[in-house]
Amino acid sequence: MNYLKDKKVYIIIVLLYIIITVLNKLGLLNSYLLQIIMLAGINTIMTVSLNIVNGFTGQFSIGQAGFMAIGGYASALFTTILFNTSSWPAYAQIPMFIFSLMMGGLAASIIGFLIGLPTLRLKGDYLAIVTLSFGEVVRASIRLIDYVGGPRGLAGIPRYTNLFWVFLFTFLAIYGARNFVNSSFGRACISIRENEVASETMGIDTTKYKVLSFTFAAFMAGVAGGLFGHLLMFLQPDTFSFLKSNDYLVFLYAGGAGSISGSIVSGLVLTIVPEMLRFMANWRIVIYSLVLVMLMLKRPEGLYGGKEFKWLKPKKRTVIAGNKGAEITN
Amino acid sequence: MTTILQLIMYGLQLGSIYALIALGYTMVYGIIGLINFAHGDFLMVGAFLVYFLAKAMGGGTLSYPVVALIIIIGMILTGLLGVTTERIAYKPLRKKPRLSALITAIGVSMFLENFPRALPFVGPQPRPFPALFPMNNFNIGGVGTNSVQILMITLSIILMIGLHYITTKTKVGSQMRAVQFDKDAAALMGINVNNTISVTFFIGAALAAAGGVFYASIYPMIDVYMGIWLGTKAFVAAVLGGIGDIRGAMLGGFIMGVAEVLATAVNSDLGYGAGFVILIFILLFKPAGIMGKFTIEKV
Repeated sequence: MNYLKDKKVYIIIVLLYIIITVLNKLGLLNSYLLQIIMLAGINTIMTVSLNIVNGFTGQFSIGQAGFMAIGGYASALFTTILFNTSSWPAYAQIPMFIFSLMMGGLAASIIGFLIGLPTLRLKGDYLAIVTLSFGEVVRASIRLIDYVGGPRGLAGIPRYTNLFWVFLFTFLAIYGARNFVNSSFGRACISIRENEVASETMGIDTTKYKVLSFTFAAFMAGVAGGLFGHLLMFLQPDTFSFLKSNDYLVFLYAGGAGSISGSIVSGLVLTIVPEMLRFMANWRIVIYSLVLVMLMLKRPEGLYGGKEFKWLKPKKRTVIAGNKGAEITN
Repeated sequence: MTTILQLIMYGLQLGSIYALIALGYTMVYGIIGLINFAHGDFLMVGAFLVYFLAKAMGGGTLSYPVVALIIIIGMILTGLLGVTTERIAYKPLRKKPRLSALITAIGVSMFLENFPRALPFVGPQPRPFPALFPMNNFNIGGVGTNSVQILMITLSIILMIGLHYITTKTKVGSQMRAVQFDKDAAALMGINVNNTISVTFFIGAALAAAGGVFYASIYPMIDVYMGIWLGTKAFVAAVLGGIGDIRGAMLGGFIMGVAEVLATAVNSDLGYGAGFVILIFILLFKPAGIMGKFTIEKV
């Protein structure tokens, strides 16, 4: 019983997946709603990735959509341009899809590393501006590359993303972020957020950890971009403008920076609620923006600022004096 | 050679508008340390106000005093919008983490774009902007230009000199600089910090409105989203010159304008990216912008 209690979250996730699949099979959940759920998952990955840089390391990066674009295009390069995988047998498509997602993540993280290394010495707002510019440069550059469709966009990407993959990668992103944040790497990052000078004095190689978290976040964003491209079956550089980066910033700070739970909640809620408001046509975003402003005025720290779900908290290990080695977990 | 001069002429024209808008970014940033994402939308609001005022005046060709009057009214109304925005959305968050004000700024920006869009008499469709100024083409040594272009550049420069005068020579200006330097000390010296911040927002938004009208006079199409890209580029210009520094904003604006026009002449997408690439390189070598002072963090 204790074992089940311990693994409650995993069971809930699996049940949720089964419920959504069954509802879809029964026809109660049409493919439009299913697509919104999948987008919510992708947005959650993006928000969590931004949270690692902005929320936990305290670096103000606002060009996350640029990494998403790199990831999306890099993975589509493998499944669509280099190899025509849509004509492949099904058993070969899936490994190729996973491989392309990893390549997307890798491409984004390599670029993230190269960008991060020189720019992370900039502080605060200047870093923000460079990352914003970076996102726009990515967009402008993709428009110039005719090989991937240029400004017309890249069509004909096979639809490999399904609910299972979204669930799996969202879970992995959250799980990875949780473990990262609670590891010694994550604690080093948090100490940089709290006071960079002090943590440097304590012997923490601040540049290394900043670049590390930046690269890690870029990887996650790249994978999310790959999922995004294989969900919509179409990529267009202008999708990844700074307005998309702004969306993720809003998700992050409305949910609460420095709280993975907040990112999950806002990733889901802020994707689904605006879709539910569709009946209001033009007034939809007006309402959304008003709610956003009011939320930030009432709770400047975000919905879940400083709070975490229990599952996401590290287990407390207390060593009782005189009984060394016997760790009590609670 | 004349082609290059011609392009530089276009660059200066675009740059003067960027500079006007960049000034608002810089002033607001300098005084409360906030990147005001809604600033680009102030210029859109200004352009629309002047558009509707001109229509209310009967459209067609308007006499100079009327044109001047409606532009000034548009600037004042936009300035008041800036003050209201600050009072409602930014002031309550002044003591809170700086980033929450940034998110409300994004929210205000979304509101300012989408509220007019939802209004039946504005709507999403682009509108032709009326010709407020007479258009006469002429040639200076092979470089083609027109009266609107020259007037826009001149007016922008006059506004910038006016602003420079206000900030350096008047009482309000020295209050602004004092608040920028140290809010608490300024308050101890008897400066009304809230009013000073309001004045800053008023001037910034009014200049943005002027920039919007000038932009619309040169490229006569306006729509509710015109502020997004124009605002972003102006913001980049402000940073390029060193955010918080008024001369830097002017310099940055002109550099951005000229660079963008020159790069666009090669390839239109290159033009868009050029400004950002320049910005990244300048920040790598001068981390606080061209005119900005890099402060060393003390413990």
